[in-house]
This record gives sequence, structure tokens and C-alpha cells, in this order.
Amino acid sequence: MSEPYTTIIGLEVHVQLQTHTKLFCGCSTKFGAAPNTQTCPVCIGMPGTLPVMNCEAFELGMKTAIALNCNIAPFTKWDRKNYYYPDLPKGYQISQYDLPFSFDGYLEISDSKERFEPKRIGIIRAHLEEDAGKSMHDEAHGKADSRIDLNRTGTPLLEIVSQPDMRSALEARAYLNELKLLLTYLGVSDCNMQEGSLRVDANVNVHIERPDGHVAKTPIVEIKNMNSFRAVEKALAFEAQRQYEAWQEDGLVIGQRPKQTRGWDDQANVTRPQRHKEESSDYRYFPDPDLVPVTVVQEKIDAVRESLGELPADLRKRLEATYIISAYDSEVIVNQGLPFVSYFTQLADAVKDGKTAANWMTQDVLRMMNECGTTIEKFSVPIGELVDLIRRVQAGDFNTSRAREVFTEMVASGKSTAESIAALGIIKVDESELYALAGEVLAANLKIVDDIKSGKSQAAGSLIGQAKKKNPNVNPNRFREICLELVGKM
Amino acid sequence: MSLTDCTAAELLADLNARRVSSVEVVKDFSARIERVDSKVKAFLRYDGDAALKQAKAIDDRRARGGSVGLLGGLPVAVKDLICARGELTTCASKMLANFRAPYDATIVEKLRAVDAVFLGRTNMDEFAMGGSNENSAFGPTHNPWNLNCIPGGSSGGAAAAVAARMATLSIGTDTGGSIRQPAGLCGVTGLKPTYGRVSRYGLVAFASSLDQIGPLARTAEDAALLLEAIAGHDPRDSTSVDAPVPKYSQTINQPLAGLKLGLVREHFGPGLDSEVEAAVREAFKVYQSLGATVKELSMPHAKYGVATYYVIAPCEASSNLARYDGVHYGYRTDVAKMNDRLAEEAKSMSAAGHSAAVDQLDNSLVRMYRQSRAEGFGAEVKRRIMLGTYALSAGYYDAYYLKALKVRRLIRGDYDAAFKQVDLIAGPVTTTPAFKIGEKMGDPLSMYLVDLYTVSANLAGVGGIVFPCGFSRSNLPIGLQLQAPPLAEERLLRAAHMFQKATDWHTRKPPL
Repeated sequence: MSEPYTTIIGLEVHVQLQTHTKLFCGCSTKFGAAPNTQTCPVCIGMPGTLPVMNCEAFELGMKTAIALNCNIAPFTKWDRKNYYYPDLPKGYQISQYDLPFSFDGYLEISDSKERFEPKRIGIIRAHLEEDAGKSMHDEAHGKADSRIDLNRTGTPLLEIVSQPDMRSALEARAYLNELKLLLTYLGVSDCNMQEGSLRVDANVNVHIERPDGHVAKTPIVEIKNMNSFRAVEKALAFEAQRQYEAWQEDGLVIGQRPKQTRGWDDQANVTRPQRHKEESSDYRYFPDPDLVPVTVVQEKIDAVRESLGELPADLRKRLEATYIISAYDSEVIVNQGLPFVSYFTQLADAVKDGKTAANWMTQDVLRMMNECGTTIEKFSVPIGELVDLIRRVQAGDFNTSRAREVFTEMVASGKSTAESIAALGIIKVDESELYALAGEVLAANLKIVDDIKSGKSQAAGSLIGQAKKKNPNVNPNRFREICLELVGKM
Repeated sequence: MSLTDCTAAELLADLNARRVSSVEVVKDFSARIERVDSKVKAFLRYDGDAALKQAKAIDDRRARGGSVGLLGGLPVAVKDLICARGELTTCASKMLANFRAPYDATIVEKLRAVDAVFLGRTNMDEFAMGGSNENSAFGPTHNPWNLNCIPGGSSGGAAAAVAARMATLSIGTDTGGSIRQPAGLCGVTGLKPTYGRVSRYGLVAFASSLDQIGPLARTAEDAALLLEAIAGHDPRDSTSVDAPVPKYSQTINQPLAGLKLGLVREHFGPGLDSEVEAAVREAFKVYQSLGATVKELSMPHAKYGVATYYVIAPCEASSNLARYDGVHYGYRTDVAKMNDRLAEEAKSMSAAGHSAAVDQLDNSLVRMYRQSRAEGFGAEVKRRIMLGTYALSAGYYDAYYLKALKVRRLIRGDYDAAFKQVDLIAGPVTTTPAFKIGEKMGDPLSMYLVDLYTVSANLAGVGGIVFPCGFSRSNLPIGLQLQAPPLAEERLLRAAHMFQKATDWHTRKPPL
């Protein structure tokens, strides 16, 4: 760490839960429908309507909270957060205030490149709330039109609030990656940031150790509008440095200025202050009298815990142990998601070589997926074909670099392994042919034969090129082996 | 005798025996409404043609031998804060004067299912806030017994319509006494069921934790019929009670043997009108003559009821009424005019060099909220929104709202203790008979005290019934209130029916 300060970061993550219906009514939560087509009297706050809790949303929330090692409250209630906004049709948001359904958990983060020590990030609380609608402002050509789309109103959100335990933008990025991975493994959210399924606010300040040993803490800033993890990382790094410089200018520390809200400008790569009133909002929270409190029994918590399945951290350890692969490989594989993991394990089991399978997955498959902009589910090479390819390498038909060419051909053409090999004109050279070729080349290079005899077996390498000129399908490794064998007999 | 003088039970017997048709019944009520409602003003809207059409369809079905529901063609008047698809639901407020609900309330669905005929919408205090019906944005309802007097509120229109024989059955709502108090002042039978007994889905909320829909009728027997039709669990209302609905209309004739009535000492303190006290004590004697015993008991927290209520109800109301902001529906101020005015203000301020004042001006959106609400709501509604907003705000929550919740629990505790000793609590419903229109309008606090004997039942969530037990010297009705433990509506109705079989106060007709 070269900066003369420590960055203190806490994150608030809003996750849209993947329920079929909204939190308090039966409307669909699907993204992208025509405005105001997924609404009903309840979610648009018509007079007289009443909310009824969606049990599926509560269960998905519980699943996440348990996976985050949180305590589940045996008694939890719903509160109203009162404020006026045109896309908040009831004039209040139903949320959880002083008694969230879960609290006091943690998430473990680590870095396979070992840029920071593995650590636990504390989770203060995770609670459920309903989303608001969307305002679209059309101010082009002197217009001042505002349109409201209430499709999103009432969509279930899980708000996960971390302790200020992160000490760098890198750690924050790792936390978000791990959290997103956990959420997708649990199947509780699609975590699509473009569609707003995952939204991040960051609270940040820096601690500066002065020569006298006293630590100056800058005022906390909340950063909003970050729409990718990359943006979060950049915004945090920028903001930490900005606060340090501001402190050098004005010397202001925490408590000497109220918490500021800044927005991230992704084009200009800076945070900018957002407009806000001097006085803090008074949301006048109180228990929602339309909703009965929720009580959760231990059996229910146990049942949800049972249903969690294998979480990413455990899966990584299992892959490392079962397939004898590195922590780095298992992280790359696991971070790609369950379908990728499943492709890997099937491949590794078939070729009976975890390390080779991991190499193919983390290098070739991943590179091709990225080049084609596709997912493993839509990847054009079926597992069976890749198995076939690797087995041919194992059988000595050709070496790995040749196999890569075949693989590239398979991806490009969609053909099978055998067809791709044929298309590339790769023909397996018969053993007897190889022996004949070796004898021929050795006879023409008696100097090298001598070198080999005198123990310089690496000298055989220079024969491979000559052999390939005569027959491009020669498997270099096998050819080399035969050369050594023949020289041994000379 | 006109059909409008018959009770619902009598009419239903005639309808089922096909001695009379629903069309004839509706016609008689329509004629009665046209004749007397110009004086009483119980209805905000009534649609005789639509009612006739419904009645005809039910008659036809009955004639064909088809099955007909529990209310088989009886007309029902509905308080104007219950949503019905495509119909105006105004809550007697300018704010919702143009609001047509896009859906049916659960009780509207239920009433349709049992073949009730919708007669019209009754007047009320704006958003059910008030005890006199004077807060209606469309003008007050008059007490059928004395047109210079208030009918009580907020279900004043519902009670007056029944008292004036313009409907045999009507639907009211009771948040702090809004069914029972007007029932008492108009001389009809009104029942506030246990909280959650009747679904609130589609009832425009005033104070969600207190609101309850209930029947108003001429007799306990008729109220039983209507309650049976509307009670029951509703999955759309998570506060609704999941318990079977007894056949109230069939069990009502079983007298209650060895009935133990509780007389609450605190109900007979200073402020109780002597005529009211005398009538109520006379009612105790009637019950004693029927074999009941009377036990005096104390409910020490009853005296905090009104104060507690006037914290909790406005808090919830301030939040429930936030949706009326001029954005999605209801009243919106003239925005063009408002923006012109805003620009003018900004111009004159900058001309005068008050740049700071310009910064303080509302933006257009905030001004639109403020002005729409300022113009759309009446004085009492604004008063309660202000009270609630204040009581919930940071720094006051603990002292007001939280404290009120604690007292609320103590009041419920009083009831639990009382019902260990007695079957029903009996007492007055109001301190005085109906007062004059305008008499208390300038004094909101004295108006709030009209809920003295009724609010506790709402705070505790228990049921209560009110029916006439006498008349004042000036011929105004005096009501008796019975309160029962949760879900003991059957007991309330049977006890009221016992009384009505032994007396004839409920048969008196106002001089219209």
C-alpha cells in the first residue's frame, strides 16, 4: 500500500430477488415490459388496497441471510418509510426499520493473487423492502415532461448492509464479486446490474496517520450511481484520494461536516456532490398496520439451511481436493458459475486428469467464450467432443498446441473433433511410419546421434523440425521418444 | 303500510315467499328517498335505475326457480368509502370527488354474491374523520329525528338512511365509534365487529389498525343477517381473522341464559347527561327482568382512550392519506395557473433583491403536492394529518406514538380482565343525545370527546353493538352499547335481540 492513508469502506447492496411476483401483490416482476402493464390496484397504491406478504420473497431473503451467516430474527415486522416522490405511489415505502429479519453475519473474501489477506467482512443486517417505480424525465426541446412507470413498484429488494470492514477498492470489488457469486449460486437473484437487479452504494472515508501518531478521519461520503463493479472500484479509488487531498486542503475531519452524498460520473471518472437539502429527511418510520408481523420458527430456519446447497467457498475447496487443482484454477472455475463448474467436473471425470481439464477450462474454453461473447450453456463445443480431443492428446495422436488448433477449428466450424482434425488435414502417422522416418532422419544426422549418445538427449529436439518438414502430422513427442529409443539401440 | 317500514327479515320472508318482488321493494325505497332525502341528505348518490335493474335480474332468477343468495333482492346502502369497480368512491372529500375505483372491495363482491341490491352511497365525514357528519365536503347529513341536529358520524349518512326508512340495511365503518355513535344518535342498531372479522380490502383506509366495516339496521336480527353476509376471512387482507362465520341470522333467537352484564364505573362519571344515564340504567333493569345479572367493575385505563386514539389514528391517517398527492388520481391543482404564480413570485422576489428567498421557493413538483393537498382536503383532515405527522416525527415518536401503543395494550388488558368476570359490558354510547348542527364545529377538542365511550373497543379490537334504549324529552333517541370479547358477535346480537323482543324503542319512526 503506497498511499499515506487507509481507506475505510462499507457497502450497501440492494438486490432484486428473483420471485415470480411482487413483494405484496401478485403482479409479475419481469423486466422490460411496456410501462405500467405489470401493475394492479395494490402495487399502485389505489385507495383501499392492502398488501399481503409474498412468502417466496421472504424465503429467498432468508436463504441469502443464512448463507451470509446471519442470525434470523424469530419475530420481525414491516415498517413504513414515509416520503413524497412521484414514483412512490403510496407516499411511503414498506421496509424494515428497527427489527430486520436478519442481522450480524459475515462474508469471507480472499484473493487468489494474494494482493490482500483473506478476511471476513461483517454484515450488519439484511432486510426486505419494496422497490419504488421509475421516473423518466423528458426535458428535450424545452419540454418538462415526467413520465412514471410503476412496473417496478413493489418488486422485492434485499438490502445487505456491510460493516465498514473493507480497506481498499480491491477488497470492495472482491466482496461484491463474492456476494454476487453467492446470490447466483443460491438462485435468489440474476444480479443483472444493467437492469438494476443489483445496486451498490458505498460509504467511504480515509484514516490518515499523522507523524504524532494521531489518526485523522475524514468525513464519510456516500457514493451512488455506480452501475458496474468496475465503476465501484474506480469510484472508491478516486474518492479516497479526493478525500485525502481535501483533508490536506481543509483539514476537516468526521463530525465537522454532515455526511455528503456524491454521484459517480463514469464518463469523467470523478465523483460529484449531489444536490441535497441541508436538513436530513425525517421518514417518520412506524410499523405498517396493514401487515401482520412475521414469526419464524427454528424448524423453518433449519429447513432453509438444508436447502442452501453447496456454496462457492465450499465448492472451491472441494474442487481443489478432488481434482488436485490450484486455488487459482478452482477460483476461476467457481467464479464462472455453476454451469461452468459442471462442464469442468464432467470433463475432468471423463479424461481422469483434473489439472489438464482445468487448464483447458481456464484458458482455452474461457478465451473462446469471451471471444464469441457466449456463455458455457450456449458454448458450441459439447463436453463429449472436448473429451475426445483431450483423449487424443493423451493417446499421443498430437500435442497440445496442435490440439488447440483443432479446438479453434471446432469452435469456428461447429464440427466434431474427428471432422475438425480431418478438415485440418491432420492424419495420425502410423507407428511403423514414425520408426521409418526416425531412422531416415537419424541416418542423415550422425552428429546429433553422437550427441544423444553422449547424454545430450535434448539434441533430439532439433530433429523434430526436419521430421515435420517431411510429414507435418508427426507427433513431436512420440517422434522424439522413438528417436531416443533407436539411438539407444545403436 | 309501505314496504319501507318493514324490517329486512320481514321483507326477506316476503321476497322468498314471492309475496313481493325485489323491484317493488326497490321502487318503494326509491320513492321514499326522493321524498325525504332532500331534508335528510343521507345519500351522496343513489341510482334508482341501476338498483331496479339488479332487482329485476334477481326477481327473474327467483321466478325461474334459480337459487338466490342470503340477501335475495334486499336493497343495501353503502358508505361512500368502499370501492366498487367503475363507480365513484369519494370519501366525502373534494380530493376524491372524481375518483372511480378500478376494482371491487371484498365486501362489495360478497354483497353481490348474496344478491344484495346496491341502492346508493351514503354521506359521511370526510375520510371518516369526525363524529357529526359536518365534515363532509358535500354538506352535512341531518338527523331524521330533528333536522337541526347532527346524525353523528362518521357513518352519519348510513345511520340516517336506515332511521329515515330510506334503506333497511346499510354498510358503515367504525374507527373510533363511527358506526355505534350515529346508530345511537339516530335510534338504529349498529354493530362494530371484532377487528379483522370483516375484510378491509377495498375500504379506503383512515386508520388501518382501527378501521372496521359493520352493519347498520333497524333491528339486531337484521344486523345479524347483514353481518353473516359480509364477515369472513379474506386472503387479500392479512389482518383478517381466519375463523368460521357463525350463522348469526339463525342463532339470534336463542336467548342467553344467565347473562352477566358488566357495568363500568368509569362510564358513569361527570359529563354523562342525566337523561342518557336514566335510559341506560332502565335498560339494565330490562335485562335483569330477563334474568341477567349486573356486576359493577372498573376499567381504569378507559379514561386514556380518547387521548390514545387521537395519537394513533392521526399517525396512521397521516401516512394513509399521503397517496393523495395529485400525481396518480384524485384532485390536482390547476398546474398552469400554479406555475404562472410561482414564476411571478420568483420574479418579484429577485426584483426586490431577495435571492435567498427565491432559493427557498418550492420547486414546481413540491408546490403541486402542497397546493393539491391544501385545496383537496378539508380542515379536519388537515388537522389530523398535522397531528399525526408531528407525533411520528423524529424526537416525538417515543413520547407520543410509542406511548400510545403501550396504553393501547393496557386498555386491551382492561377488557381481558373484565371479560373474565362478565359476558358483556353494557353502558352508554354517547354522553348526550344528538347535538345541534354547528354547535361543536368551532371546538375540535369537545368534538373529539364524543368518542369517549366508543374508542376503547377500537383500540382493543373488540366488538360492540348499539341500539335504542329510550328517548330524551325532546324526542331524540338514546342508545345502549354492549361490548363483547373478540369474535363474540353472536353473543352481542343475541343479547340485543333479547332486548328488542322485550321493548319497542327500536320500532319508533322519526317524524318526517
